[in-house]
Amino acid sequence: MDEVERKAELGESPKLWPGPGQGLVVPGYRRDHEAVDPPHDWPDYRGTILRHPKRPLVPIPNTLSDVTGPALGEDRVGEADFDLTAGFAGEPQGQRLVVHGRVLDGNGRPVRDTLVEVWQANAAGRYWHKVDTHPAPLDPNFTGVGRCMTDSEGRYRFVTVRPGAYPWGNHYNAWRPAHIHFSLFGRAFAQRLVTQMYFPDDPMFPYDPIFNAVRDHQDRKRLICEFDFDATTPEWALGYRFDIVLRGREQTPFEEAH
Amino acid sequence: MSIGSDPRRLAPTPSQTVGPYFGFALPWPQGPFVVPEGTAGAIRIGGRILDGEGRPVPDAMVETWQADAEGRFAHPDDPRGAVEWGEFRGFARCPVDAEGLYSILTLKPGPVPGPGETIQAPHVAMSIFARGLLQRLVTRVYFGDEEERNAEDPVLSTLPFGPDVRSTLIADPVDGGYRFDVRLQGDDETLFFAI
Ligand SMILES: [Fe+3]
Repeated sequence: MDEVERKAELGESPKLWPGPGQGLVVPGYRRDHEAVDPPHDWPDYRGTILRHPKRPLVPIPNTLSDVTGPALGEDRVGEADFDLTAGFAGEPQGQRLVVHGRVLDGNGRPVRDTLVEVWQANAAGRYWHKVDTHPAPLDPNFTGVGRCMTDSEGRYRFVTVRPGAYPWGNHYNAWRPAHIHFSLFGRAFAQRLVTQMYFPDDPMFPYDPIFNAVRDHQDRKRLICEFDFDATTPEWALGYRFDIVLRGREQTPFEEAH
Repeated sequence: MSIGSDPRRLAPTPSQTVGPYFGFALPWPQGPFVVPEGTAGAIRIGGRILDGEGRPVPDAMVETWQADAEGRFAHPDDPRGAVEWGEFRGFARCPVDAEGLYSILTLKPGPVPGPGETIQAPHVAMSIFARGLLQRLVTRVYFGDEEERNAEDPVLSTLPFGPDVRSTLIADPVDGGYRFDVRLQGDDETLFFAI
C-alpha cells in the first residue's frame, strides 16, 4: 500500500502533535527505512500469508520511548563471543571467515558500543536448532552463535565459517542463499534492526522470496557483503566486509559535548 | 557492501525476517526479566501471539522497552537526563512457547512526557519478531486500569480508529499483572505502529 492509499484509508493524515517550541521537543528518526524495507504482505514468502497485518500501520511521531533504548552489553557479551569457531574441542568444518564492518547511522556517524548478535547454519547448511530437520550433519565444533560490541568507531568483527545453503518448504526446490542472521540495537528503540547478510554472486538469489522482498536492486545490494582482501589473513581465513546502516536522526537535539 | 568515507545521507540497511531458527541464539535466561524475581511491586505482562486463523504462533519472539516506575529512562538522549533505577533494565526479550505464550516480569512504567504539553499514559513499547515477518511489528501496551491517563494520552486519543481497535492496545488487569494478546491478522487484529 502506498502513502496515498494509506492516507485515504485513514481518512486524513495523522494528527500532528503540538509543534516544536513548547514543552519537551524530541527529534525523531528519519523514516527512510520505509522505502527500503520489505512489505509485511509478500505472498511469495508463504510464512507472511497468515501473519501480516491487514490494517495499515499507524504512523506516530517518535517519543521519548522510541528515541531511547536498551544499552545491552556487559551482561550479554563474553570476551570470546566474537569467535564462533572457539570454545570447542576441535576446529569446525568449513571455510574459515573473518566477517567485519562498521555500524553507522543514516547521517554517517558510527554507532558505538552497541550489541551485534549473529547466528547461522554450519558449513553443511544445518542449524543447531531442534526444529531444523534438514538431513545434513551437525558439527560438534560449531553452534553458530556470536556476539560482540561495536567499538568507538562503530566497528565489529566476527570469526566464523561460511554457512551452507539449506532447503526450506516454501516452494518446489526452495533453497535459501547462504546467509548470516544479524541483530542490532543501535542506541534507540526506533533503530532496532534484524536482517541477514548474504554472499556475493549467490546463484540462489533469483529464487529467494525473502531476499527479493526487498524490492529495489540497489537496496538488495546493501544486504550483500563484499570480499575484503585486506581482511583476508594468510594461511588462515578469507575476509568479508559488511557495513550496516541504521536509521539516522532528523536533527541532533544537542551536540554530544562530553 | 561497504561504505565510502563521505557518507552524509545513507539509506538504512533493509530488514529481513528473524526466521524460524533464532531460538538457540537470541533468547537467554534473564531475557524475560526487566527486574529480577522478587523485586517489590513487580508485575507480569503476558499473553499469546496469534495468527490470522486465531492459532498460536509458536516461533515468535517479543521484545519490550519502557520507562521506569517514575517515567524515566537510563539513556543519554532523554533531555531530562539519564536515571538509573536499581536493577531495572527497561528491556525484556522473551521467545514464545509452543502455545504462543510469552511472559515478562517488570514494573509498571510511570507516565512519560510527550511532545508539547502532553503526557503519555504509562505504556510499554513492544516489538514482535517471527518467521513470516519480514520486518518486526511494533505496538504499545497500555494499562486497562489507567483510564484517566489513557484518555489524555496523545497516541491513544488521536487514533484514526474506533474503540474496538483502540482496545487492542490495552492490557487487561489479571492476577499478578496484565494480559496482552497480540493478533497479527484478522477482525480483532492488534493495532501496529510505524514509528
Ligand atoms: Fe536462516
